[in-house]
Amino acid sequence: MRAFAELLDRLSLTASRNAKLTLVRDYLRATPDPDRGWALAALTGELTFDAAKPAFIRKAVEARMDGQLFAWSYDYVGDLAETVSLVWPARPGANREPALNEVIEALRTASRAEVQRLIEGWLDALPTPRERWALLKLMTGALRVGMTARLAKRAAAEMGGVEAAEVEELWHALHPPYEDLFAWLEGRSERPSADNPARFRPVMLAQALDEAVDFARLDPSDYTAEWKWDGIRVQLAHEGGQRRLYTRTGDDISRAFPDVLEALADEGVVDGELLVVRDGALAPFADLQQRLNRKTVDAKMLETFPAAIRAYDLLHEGDEDLRPLPFAERRRRLEAFLARQPGARLDISPLQPFGTWAELAALRADPPEGDARLAEGVMLKRRDSPYEAGRPKGPWFKWKRDPFTVDAVLMYAQRGHGKRSSFYSDYTFGVWTRDDAGQRALTPVGKAYFGFTDEELKGIDKFVRDNTVERFGPVRSVRAEPHRGLVFEVAFEGLQRSARHKSGVAMRFPRISRIRWDKPPGEADDLEALERLLAQIERR
Amino acid sequence: MIRPQDLLCPRPEGLYCPPGDFYVDPARPVDRAVVTHGHSDHARAGHGAVLATPETLDIMAERYGQGFAAQVQAAPYGEPAERDGVEVTLVPAGHVLGSAQAVVRWKGLTIVVSGDYKRRRDPTCPPFEPVPCDVFISEATFGLPVFRHPDDREEIARLLRSVAQFPERSHIVGAYALGKAQRIIRLLREAGWDRTIHIHGALERLNALYERRGVDLGPLAPATTAKKADFAGAVVIAPPSALQDRWSRRFPDPVGAFASGWMQIRARARQRGVELPLVISDHADWDELTATVDEIRPGELWITHGREEALARWAQLHGITARALALVGYDDEGED
Ligand SMILES: [Zn+2]
Ligand SMILES: [Zn+2]
Repeated sequence: MRAFAELLDRLSLTASRNAKLTLVRDYLRATPDPDRGWALAALTGELTFDAAKPAFIRKAVEARMDGQLFAWSYDYVGDLAETVSLVWPARPGANREPALNEVIEALRTASRAEVQRLIEGWLDALPTPRERWALLKLMTGALRVGMTARLAKRAAAEMGGVEAAEVEELWHALHPPYEDLFAWLEGRSERPSADNPARFRPVMLAQALDEAVDFARLDPSDYTAEWKWDGIRVQLAHEGGQRRLYTRTGDDISRAFPDVLEALADEGVVDGELLVVRDGALAPFADLQQRLNRKTVDAKMLETFPAAIRAYDLLHEGDEDLRPLPFAERRRRLEAFLARQPGARLDISPLQPFGTWAELAALRADPPEGDARLAEGVMLKRRDSPYEAGRPKGPWFKWKRDPFTVDAVLMYAQRGHGKRSSFYSDYTFGVWTRDDAGQRALTPVGKAYFGFTDEELKGIDKFVRDNTVERFGPVRSVRAEPHRGLVFEVAFEGLQRSARHKSGVAMRFPRISRIRWDKPPGEADDLEALERLLAQIERR
Repeated sequence: MIRPQDLLCPRPEGLYCPPGDFYVDPARPVDRAVVTHGHSDHARAGHGAVLATPETLDIMAERYGQGFAAQVQAAPYGEPAERDGVEVTLVPAGHVLGSAQAVVRWKGLTIVVSGDYKRRRDPTCPPFEPVPCDVFISEATFGLPVFRHPDDREEIARLLRSVAQFPERSHIVGAYALGKAQRIIRLLREAGWDRTIHIHGALERLNALYERRGVDLGPLAPATTAKKADFAGAVVIAPPSALQDRWSRRFPDPVGAFASGWMQIRARARQRGVELPLVISDHADWDELTATVDEIRPGELWITHGREEALARWAQLHGITARALALVGYDDEGED
């Protein structure tokens, strides 16, 4: 456990990609089977344990120490797993430290009641906070150490001196703790076989477009454009008589979507977007959510939320691998291939012709009537790009629709957690409306705690302290009058009606996009502006 | 019946002893001061008279120049001095070279002002000595149960493993100039690192002072002379502020390490951009604070600075009367 804990600890604080590769590669070299395989599974997100829930850890620690001291500790640190790993009041008499392998085997097989007892015992036996932290991270399944699955696989490839793509290609034929993979990487055996039919192929992803930089250096004639549909990215495979539907991370969701599984008559592998399409028209993401929440599906669901795939790309046709071909060529093959598939559950994502970046910008800003109004933005793909696993720099870009913005007034500020515990960093903001007496008054419309720099945070914190009207525990209300107060430009991704909010509206992903020190609160937006926006969104 | 507050009481200048007419570690210039140790929030220049250990007087002279006080009196560990009928004895606090607790006795009453202290072994100074007392005055810099400092040898071993793992990079260890820097160097030597250690200029004078006082630091060199590539695989010690400074750009792809008790909290390390936090502190952690109070079992516990509320609560839960003095002027986060 010590080596694994040290690895997680270093990864979580290391920014450089090369240094991360070195850390993981050296760990895999120095650690024996099966521990290193389990570690690799943890880093690639392949491990989840149902039996262990963080809430019980909190109970366990509160049963052992004063609640007030724990509360102060948690408030100071701001992260439950980290707090528990630090304060854990170990009972003496624990025998030896558990090995990583032992912990994982037990977590995979034990019942919930057993797991709780085991974890308490392990926490007692692990000698340092670092190791207890690693155990809790592992148990709750969220390592969050700034390591992508792709990078972890690359480190394994480096360890054996093979190409990262080779490991990627094999990956879905492998199972933790990957003894066959390491045997191959260390030259002790043949390459494991990846030839199982209808297997998952690693997905190609797009970079976010930086308007300020990219347009100046990209030639529009090198690129095609299409809508970025608001569903989930999937891969539909039909090979050797097998049919499979995968998410972009390779999770097999075939059982939940029997309706689209049958869409491919011919054998091949299609990359596309999973959507709900009713009477030929695209339904909002919330409808798809209804289907995604279930592992299996009944006839009623199939009828009410009919799923479909809008195809982007063709990776295989029959047993021919098309991925090395240029996108333009694959696209021609896709069009011909789809023309031969019957049924309404599979269609093609149409290309959007454009001449200049300005023309494309106009299209994106004002999509035509119909499905396009629900798109998240546009995708740009280089005509000559082969299909490469991962997120290569340059060939594909996503250019999301601009967020909505509104000017709102800061009303309440609350103390943050962790490194922000000494600052007022969580903000409730409002817009103007008329109160019962017909007076202009502010009504809260949302909360945000990010979108500003540390420097800006200090400035807002000072404003809060200097303009406090009232204090309620960790919350302060601040001056918010037409000529005195602070205006935020708030950006958000969507808006919906909400009975829980007094204002009647709720924002999706609100964040502070600008601090308007210059703007008098009296000139901030009215609730009416939000209501107009809501009507506009609902009409889409 | 004399009350403890007749012997020592908080004033804006610091902790004051009315019968002896002196302050302990005053934050402002006063006529007569007892100084527990050389850190700048405890030892200030400009007092009329200063009583301190010979080592601390040496450190103050090095930092502020010979005329830092009008009059000085050296009190070696364990040798009582007298101030208008009040007896003051300095005993080791285990914090840094020369650091002391001030044991103040008067008419049968004993108060221990512990200054800053720790209970672990430190190769650069003698260990803390517990003294039975009526009132024990403690700091609480790390007075929360989240602060559990690990074994310093294991932290140094992690540093050396990283040096071996990244031979093309240099490792810069941020360490406070008084105490921490010299302790890190000694721990490196004990771990078998006998190569030259490169030193930021701001540490040179105190390093020399430690060596004069018998702490052998081994081969040191200024971190200025060599070419960039010569620092590959090197260990460099610098004040913490230098880690993010342009000064650090002279080293090849440096790994920023910071030796401090604050490094126990991951968000703190992340906030400072520290890649290799070394949890090494010259202050008592939570376990040391509570074990010390438990061992001494004073009639009352007074707490000077840090996380007073948590330590006070712990004491109350364990049947010890505790009180926060709310003294100003001590740096919670300063020269740990
Ligand atoms: Zn100190
Ligand atoms: Zn101090």
